[in-house]
Amino acid sequence: MKHLLSIDDLGSAGIDEVLALTDSFVEVSSRSIPKVPALRGKTVVSLFYEDSTRTRMSFETAAKRLSADTMTFSVGTSSVKKGESIRDTVQTIEAIGADAIVVRHRSSGVPAQVANWASAAVINAGDGWHEHPTQALLDTYTIQKRLGSLEGRHIAIIGDIKHSRVARSNIKAFHAMGASVTLVAPSTLLPPSLDGWPVEVSHDLDSTLPTVDVAYVLRMQRERMSEALVPTLREYTERFGLNSRRADLLSQTAIVMHPGPMNRGVEIDAAVADRANSVVVDQVRNGVPVRMAVLFLLLGSGSEMFGSIDSFASEMESVRV
Amino acid sequence: MAERERGITPPFGGVFYARTQVMSPDDMQRALWRMAHEVIERNQGVDNVVIIGLQTGGVPLAQLLAEDLQQIENVEIPVGSLDVAFYRDDIGLRPVLPEAVTDISFDLAGRVVVLVDDVLFTGRTIRAALDALTDFGRPRAVQLAVMVDRGHRELPIRPDYVGKNLPTRRDEAVDVGPQGVDLGEVRK
Repeated sequence: MKHLLSIDDLGSAGIDEVLALTDSFVEVSSRSIPKVPALRGKTVVSLFYEDSTRTRMSFETAAKRLSADTMTFSVGTSSVKKGESIRDTVQTIEAIGADAIVVRHRSSGVPAQVANWASAAVINAGDGWHEHPTQALLDTYTIQKRLGSLEGRHIAIIGDIKHSRVARSNIKAFHAMGASVTLVAPSTLLPPSLDGWPVEVSHDLDSTLPTVDVAYVLRMQRERMSEALVPTLREYTERFGLNSRRADLLSQTAIVMHPGPMNRGVEIDAAVADRANSVVVDQVRNGVPVRMAVLFLLLGSGSEMFGSIDSFASEMESVRV
Repeated sequence: MAERERGITPPFGGVFYARTQVMSPDDMQRALWRMAHEVIERNQGVDNVVIIGLQTGGVPLAQLLAEDLQQIENVEIPVGSLDVAFYRDDIGLRPVLPEAVTDISFDLAGRVVVLVDDVLFTGRTIRAALDALTDFGRPRAVQLAVMVDRGHRELPIRPDYVGKNLPTRRDEAVDVGPQGVDLGEVRK
């Protein structure tokens, strides 16, 4: 695997691989000196064309804990202001020297295009409505740690599915790990077609909640809300917001998740976000070791030389130590 | 003789074919018992001694050595395990992945650390382990115990406690397990 552009690049075996490696990096992160020299001399560039706090900080922390050097590119202070194209920017970054480029852009497919141009490993940190694979990996890891396994679990993804790259990546990852997924949203916030999506659909949150192990609440993306898809936010909150009454419908063991940043009082009630069964903070905490695992797999494990981890054994004979 | 699948530990994949048994399980047990006494003699007891096994071959040996020490001295000895994958000097030259999660739940500052591994070969794993240990604190001393020293060092590293010195050819393979120590080769 050279790039991580989509959950499809990993498949269920690849997801397992990342999650197993994440355990090692959780241990590293728990040390008094949470740093290992694994990626010494490598450079990781974050190329963010869209605002982000947690994803960018999480990737940079991950790179630094692996002893990689980091460069940050933020649109506001760069030559993009002078009209530089993405292609020229990528060429510039490569000329300076980069081993991995972490890309976020508001248009779907930009990371894939960057991967065509760049010789560095490209990691998709969110592109338009398409995918956000590392978010799906950290969500999957968080669920696995809390519930043991995803096999046979029932997960509801609630809210603005249409504009959500998190939903698209998560549906793939949850399905690959053996969970069943129900989307709960008004019809206007669902994609026009769900052909081939391994999901059920419900428009009634109250009847779905008692049956789920995970209630995954999505952010109402007001910045992507140019068309009037919901009459008012208040009406949305009334029908699809996870308030305290609805949270009480969840089973004792069920957990509440949110990819952040939360609109408290819109899609999730402030009190629900802070309950004991809310794992929102765990999700953020797990983001760093999961991204360490992704960076290490792409840059340090040797998988870039050998195509896949599975072929290690056969390739190894020639490089006997 | 024994045929065993090799995992991703050196020499990485293939099947190990044993040619001769070098140590029986009893031999190993006696060697560990002797090494336990040497540890006590060298450190005048086991105050401050902690045992850390290297993943994966050193971990069961570390456990056995600690049990012997506890039986002789009648005190609890902290035991940990260390995976050195992230500290190897050949990252980027060959596939490197950790095999298990490191588990060192005690502070190393001021302790005497006895590192335990099954086979001492090039010394590169031990070099990585020494680097890793410094991230856990500053031990007073680090000592090295190995079941087999097979030679061919590439770094100035020597063991403090040795189960058996075993002259080998570079292309041979040594297998240490509950069934004893075997010398043989790895074939695809």
